[in-house]
Amino acid sequence: MAEIILENVTKRYPDGALAVDNFNLDIADGEFMILVGPSGCGKSTTLNMIAGLEDITDGELRIGGKVVNNEAPKDRDIAMVFQSYALYPHMTVRENMGFALKLAKTPKAEIDGKVEEAARILDLTEHLDRKPANLSGGQRQRVAMGRAIVRDPQVFLMDEPLSNLDAKLRVQTRTSISRLQKRLGTTMVYVTHDQTEAMTLGDRLAVMRTGLLQQAGSPQELYDRPVNLFVAGFIGSPAMNFLGATLEEGKLRTSLADLPVSAQLRQVLESANVGRQVIVGIRPEDFEDAAIVPPENKQYGITFRQTIDVRESMGSDVFVYFNTDSDLSTKSDQLADLAADVGADDTSGTEEQITARLDAATKIREGENAELWVDLRPMHVFDPESGRNLALEARGDTDTRSSS
Amino acid sequence: MAMTTPRQRVGWGAANFVVIALALIPVLWMVSLSFKTPAAILDPSFWPQSWTTSNYQQILETSQFIRPLVNSIGIGLIATLIAVIFASMAAYAIARLDFPGKGLLIGLSLLIAMFPQIALVTPMFNIERDLHLFNTWPGLIIPYVAFGLPLGIYTLSAFFREIPWELEKAAKVDGATPFQAFTQVIAPLAAPGMVTTAILVFLFCWNEFLFAISFTSTLSSRTAPAAIEYFSGSSQFTVPTGPISAAAVVITIPIIIFVLFFQRRIVSGLTSGAVKG
Repeated sequence: MAEIILENVTKRYPDGALAVDNFNLDIADGEFMILVGPSGCGKSTTLNMIAGLEDITDGELRIGGKVVNNEAPKDRDIAMVFQSYALYPHMTVRENMGFALKLAKTPKAEIDGKVEEAARILDLTEHLDRKPANLSGGQRQRVAMGRAIVRDPQVFLMDEPLSNLDAKLRVQTRTSISRLQKRLGTTMVYVTHDQTEAMTLGDRLAVMRTGLLQQAGSPQELYDRPVNLFVAGFIGSPAMNFLGATLEEGKLRTSLADLPVSAQLRQVLESANVGRQVIVGIRPEDFEDAAIVPPENKQYGITFRQTIDVRESMGSDVFVYFNTDSDLSTKSDQLADLAADVGADDTSGTEEQITARLDAATKIREGENAELWVDLRPMHVFDPESGRNLALEARGDTDTRSSS
Repeated sequence: MAMTTPRQRVGWGAANFVVIALALIPVLWMVSLSFKTPAAILDPSFWPQSWTTSNYQQILETSQFIRPLVNSIGIGLIATLIAVIFASMAAYAIARLDFPGKGLLIGLSLLIAMFPQIALVTPMFNIERDLHLFNTWPGLIIPYVAFGLPLGIYTLSAFFREIPWELEKAAKVDGATPFQAFTQVIAPLAAPGMVTTAILVFLFCWNEFLFAISFTSTLSSRTAPAAIEYFSGSSQFTVPTGPISAAAVVITIPIIIFVLFFQRRIVSGLTSGAVKG
């Protein structure tokens, strides 16, 4: 077991493409660290560099206090689970799991003992003498995990290990991975593009975009205090709503309502020299049916009226959708990246759909011009140019680490 | 495929029949000749009037044919083994690694495969004499390996390209050196490709005639196809047609067996890389 320290790690391909740019991250001993981001953000490249499958162009990588930049993967004492599992098709499950130990010239009896122990943990005992081709997807995934745990390595690396499973199995396997990591107490670095997986699994998350680390922190920290527009939009499901806003007469004028601004925030907005155009971010959870907001809470937000487009009842809560003339004409490349990630490339339209998550007790119906309340305490305000979260600065939360 | 009319089917059937007849009649004629008595060689009937195995007895009783047969098998197997080992390493490098001069290497190996062999006979004859390789097993094994390699590299690199790269990464992380990853993970998976390549290279060595006749002078290293050329008749003026036919049948048998057993392998080897790049 060991901590992993990445210091100014950079990966530049021979053709000049910069995959990972000046990446700094300390992963503590025994920590479950998630690298998350949209495809092409450099998370897998970072993992491959930790594994030693890719050279590090610049910077320093230390595992357990030892600089391993130039060490071969076999000398790093790491185990890795691949997205495709990469099981050796010509070997049985037993041979697959024992392969690393066999290469390390471990005595036969010890290999058998460790393999059987791992098989017991992963519920693979009756499949030990089968070939991977005869296993189901979930079983193959467990063999891949087993291959990693028999070695009892210093570090586990996982490259989207659940993306080939169907949705139900994925949730099951997710909890078993989490349990396994707690039980073994081994440092784990886990790559995923799925923010739900990231939020539920990790002790800490590192959000990446275009080769740059955006923010690293606990799931709650990233949810409550995203340093920029990208992190705010990426973390949380359903995603945060973004509205174009103009600072006028001490208020943020949006298509939803005029939002009052605290004195500190106004000061930051005025001194930050970001112009009058900003982007306001409100999470769906911060909306509520005005009729059921406790009166003592009303003062923390404002109410407004909107015609409800669609209502989706989930049982535990209700999602309502409504369109507003959000005027997100203020171009932001972070916003464009987020849109590309969810597969919608038309954020430039003036109509913006807002998602609100209401209490299940709400009586609001589709087509109704309903009165909604929005909590303004957790509201975020972003500089469209740099994507910086100005509301954090107003709250004095500037200590949160940011890469840029 | 579009529907075929009965007329088209008859047409295709006739065309196929002609092609197969053209290919098979000489072979059957050779078989027939091998069973004819020396006196009946000029008999125009297609099948022998009286069947005899004397031709076979004659060639199998003397070392004139047995020794070359042993040479053929030995030289063929050794050349195949060496060629497949080297070809698999070269093909692995070509399929997986990016190294300077890769394009040149592929081009060179293609060039060797294309080169007219007759142009090489004279210089190689002189080289082999100077190196005392003339009329030895290595004297044939070396050129056979050289000409078998391009064939092997081409078929094998197509097989290697189809093996997922992640397996190799997994092996590396599991603690394998590149050599271990190759021998314990990649090579076993490429085994079908290696078998195919081995068959193709062996058939090439087995059938080779030009080098065999040029670089050998005695029975100690002459291979079967070359030895047949030196068969003598019962008298100076008789052409040993019967024994030649019998020997030709004998050396054809392994090829027929190979092709029948490994038909699909051979086709997949020759066309691999044709569809999937």
